[in-house]
Amino acid sequence: MNELLIVQNITKRFGGLQANNNISFVVNKGEIIGLIGPNGAGKTTLFNCIACFYNVDEGKIFFKGSDISQSTPQRNCQLGIGRTFQIVRVFKDMTVLENIMIGAFLRNKHPRDAKRKAMDIAAIFGFAHKLQLKASSLTIAEQKRLEVARAVATDPELLLLDETMAGLNVQEVKESVELVLKLKERGITLILVEHVMEGIMSIADRVIVLDDGEKIAEGSPRDVINNDKVIQAYFGDKYHAKRREFTTSIQ
Amino acid sequence: MEGILAQTIVSGLLIGFLYALIAVGLTMIFGVMDIVNFAHGDYLMVAMYFSFWLFFLFGFDPLFSLPIVTILLFGLGVITYYLIIRPIINAPMLSQIFVTFGLLIFLRGLAQFLWKVDYRMIPQTLSSGNIEAFGIYFGKPQIIAAAGAVICNGVILWFLKKTRLGMALEAVAEDKEAARLMGIDSDRMYALAWGIGIASVGIAGVLLSSFYYVFPEVGANFGLIAFVVVALGGFGSIPGAFIAGIIVGLVEVLSGFLIAPSLKFMFVLAIYLAVVFVRPQGLLGHK
Amino acid sequence: MKNKLPVIAFLLFFCCLIFFPLVFKTPFPRHVLIMVFLYATMGIGWNIIGGYAGQVSFGNAAFFGVGAYSSAILLVHFGISPWVGMLVGVLLSALLAVIVGYPCFRLQGHYFAIATIAVGEIVMVAFLNWNFAGAAVGIYLPILEQSLKNFEFHTSKLPYYYIIVCIFLFALAVCYFMEKSRWGYYFRAIKNDPDGACSLGINIRKYKLYAFILSAVITSICGTFYAQYILYIHPSSTMDLMMSIQICIIVLIGGLGKLFGPVLGAIIFVPLTELTRVYLGSQGQGMDFIIYALIIMVIAIMRPQGLWGVFSREARGTR
Repeated sequence: MNELLIVQNITKRFGGLQANNNISFVVNKGEIIGLIGPNGAGKTTLFNCIACFYNVDEGKIFFKGSDISQSTPQRNCQLGIGRTFQIVRVFKDMTVLENIMIGAFLRNKHPRDAKRKAMDIAAIFGFAHKLQLKASSLTIAEQKRLEVARAVATDPELLLLDETMAGLNVQEVKESVELVLKLKERGITLILVEHVMEGIMSIADRVIVLDDGEKIAEGSPRDVINNDKVIQAYFGDKYHAKRREFTTSIQ
Repeated sequence: MEGILAQTIVSGLLIGFLYALIAVGLTMIFGVMDIVNFAHGDYLMVAMYFSFWLFFLFGFDPLFSLPIVTILLFGLGVITYYLIIRPIINAPMLSQIFVTFGLLIFLRGLAQFLWKVDYRMIPQTLSSGNIEAFGIYFGKPQIIAAAGAVICNGVILWFLKKTRLGMALEAVAEDKEAARLMGIDSDRMYALAWGIGIASVGIAGVLLSSFYYVFPEVGANFGLIAFVVVALGGFGSIPGAFIAGIIVGLVEVLSGFLIAPSLKFMFVLAIYLAVVFVRPQGLLGHK
Repeated sequence: MKNKLPVIAFLLFFCCLIFFPLVFKTPFPRHVLIMVFLYATMGIGWNIIGGYAGQVSFGNAAFFGVGAYSSAILLVHFGISPWVGMLVGVLLSALLAVIVGYPCFRLQGHYFAIATIAVGEIVMVAFLNWNFAGAAVGIYLPILEQSLKNFEFHTSKLPYYYIIVCIFLFALAVCYFMEKSRWGYYFRAIKNDPDGACSLGINIRKYKLYAFILSAVITSICGTFYAQYILYIHPSSTMDLMMSIQICIIVLIGGLGKLFGPVLGAIIFVPLTELTRVYLGSQGQGMDFIIYALIIMVIAIMRPQGLWGVFSREARGTR
């Protein structure tokens, strides 16, 4: 069985607003999936539905064959889905090591084991010399990386990363890309939500494009950027003028 | 039996209007700046003492003291804001809770220190007496208080929805950042919210003082009822507070009448818990 | 070297605990000491739910009351030893914590705080109207022969002092091991960011409930001690809202979520209360409240992390 996550016709409404409408896709083991779309397209809603921070109104989500569509965030995490947040949610009053330990505790009940595991992960993420710093004293880029480290400490099979590259400078984006590839090597399947396309296009195996709550395209990054609907969604009627600029910026 | 029941319901409604007025300031301060003023009931106590002393020293009838006390309490609210609330606007919630709790203890301690724990009452006022209609007796002070509460709630709602200043206040409550871009000084709006919030509880205090004892702890029960009303109606919702005030008034008198007077407060709290567990955001609140 | 200092400090503190009564020989200072440790222990109990897990409970006095009433009722009506009563109180408090906590922990922040006030008041009104438990008059405990078994001592306060010190050390140990364990980390994570915590697989409601039960158990033991020490209890002396507030204040003064925070808070707060009561008497009624209030407001505005940090390394910014 190669399918890790199956999303089947899900719909999520907030009052009268339909944030996700009848969306379906499949994520295979070991893939990197990019979830993109303009602001307000419903990316974060979809993301939160998969992470069970919201429960879908219609449709089903299967993870490793079990239905998680009405599950809870903590159960999701226990099953093997890790996530980060668009606005960082590190434990600010706790140290870097303690933050990672909280994640590690999920599979290691004893503090000693959790600590050892957390130190290993901290080293991978470049926190070896910052273990005793308060999380609040890190830069935003570091806090985002800490969130990923913390999620990785729960041993996820699927990791959902919400705009980890937004607001980073060129160098930081490059580091972030390397990090994602490192995670892939560890055998973690990834779904990346990004508003900015630059970083994601070089590493994603497949891209899913949302607009106005609907899935408008799916395929390899190259196919997607040449898709008329996608360009329409991003640039509206001015797309003729912008098209060339857009394609070159991505390549 | 029906007569007594009708009498009970009417008195529940009358006190309910007053509860709504006590709660409206609390819900407004919360709505505008996300801070729960735990000392809210104690401002009621302060207003009641003002009303009492104005009567005792100068012979002012509560109805005459009303505007004076309202202005005093408005000032007190604004001073409170600048002195102790402003420094903790962005502090963690725990600090916010403790600061207003400190305020509660301070006001109560001050009242005990200055005026001792005696129960005091304004003996005879312009509004003393009863009216009878349909076989039901209405206490005049209660009717005046209820009418005052309804008018005052109406004025506050009108102020928020129809005046420029009120709309600015609402805008700050809605979205601080957007309001700032529109050129609204949120600091002054917060001060205004405290002024109006405390003034409205002050009005309630004066109205209450014409038929209720004054003592340093008087704010405790009324304050707790105000929380119940606000949480029941939904934090920040003024119409919610109005409806919840009436519900609380009715539950209180009916459980006192049908079950046992000494347990009535317990029923109010139980109803509150029941509602909040089913609907954490309260009746008219949104998340 | 780095880890020796706290050990030495603690041993010094422990010696002080044992020798205090030899320095203070008259009843009043001993009474103050007993109250200091009683409040420190309640503070430790509150600190677990309020300081570590970040859920402000204004209803902890209810657990104190349940502890006091369980042992008193069992002793007065059934002649059961207060030590057994203490255990019964612990069980009932834990049960109350589950019944209250399970629905209340759906609520967040202010909503939770107000719900705990409501629960505390409901419990108090229930006791005020419960004739079997003495209603508003309360319960006078029978004067028995003094012995450890009877948990009553009449000639000296010294045994009470050592008992409360033992209870205090027990609570301190519970809190210490909690802090070092997975629970302690989880509690702090929940306080810091509940959404972040549940994204890492933490069942927040369950862990809040654990914290609440620990808190209830410790507070309940204090209640039984109080009943046996004063030998007279009534609802407003054991479960008044003011009592819940005093417990919070102690922790706030000392330091939220710090092991020794409540101890420091109690050392500052209790003597202040007892002294103002003695020296100002009814003349200065309310003065003690004014003083607390000023302390609370100043601390909450200027130093919300409490005074404990002033003496620790953390404050000097090495962390």
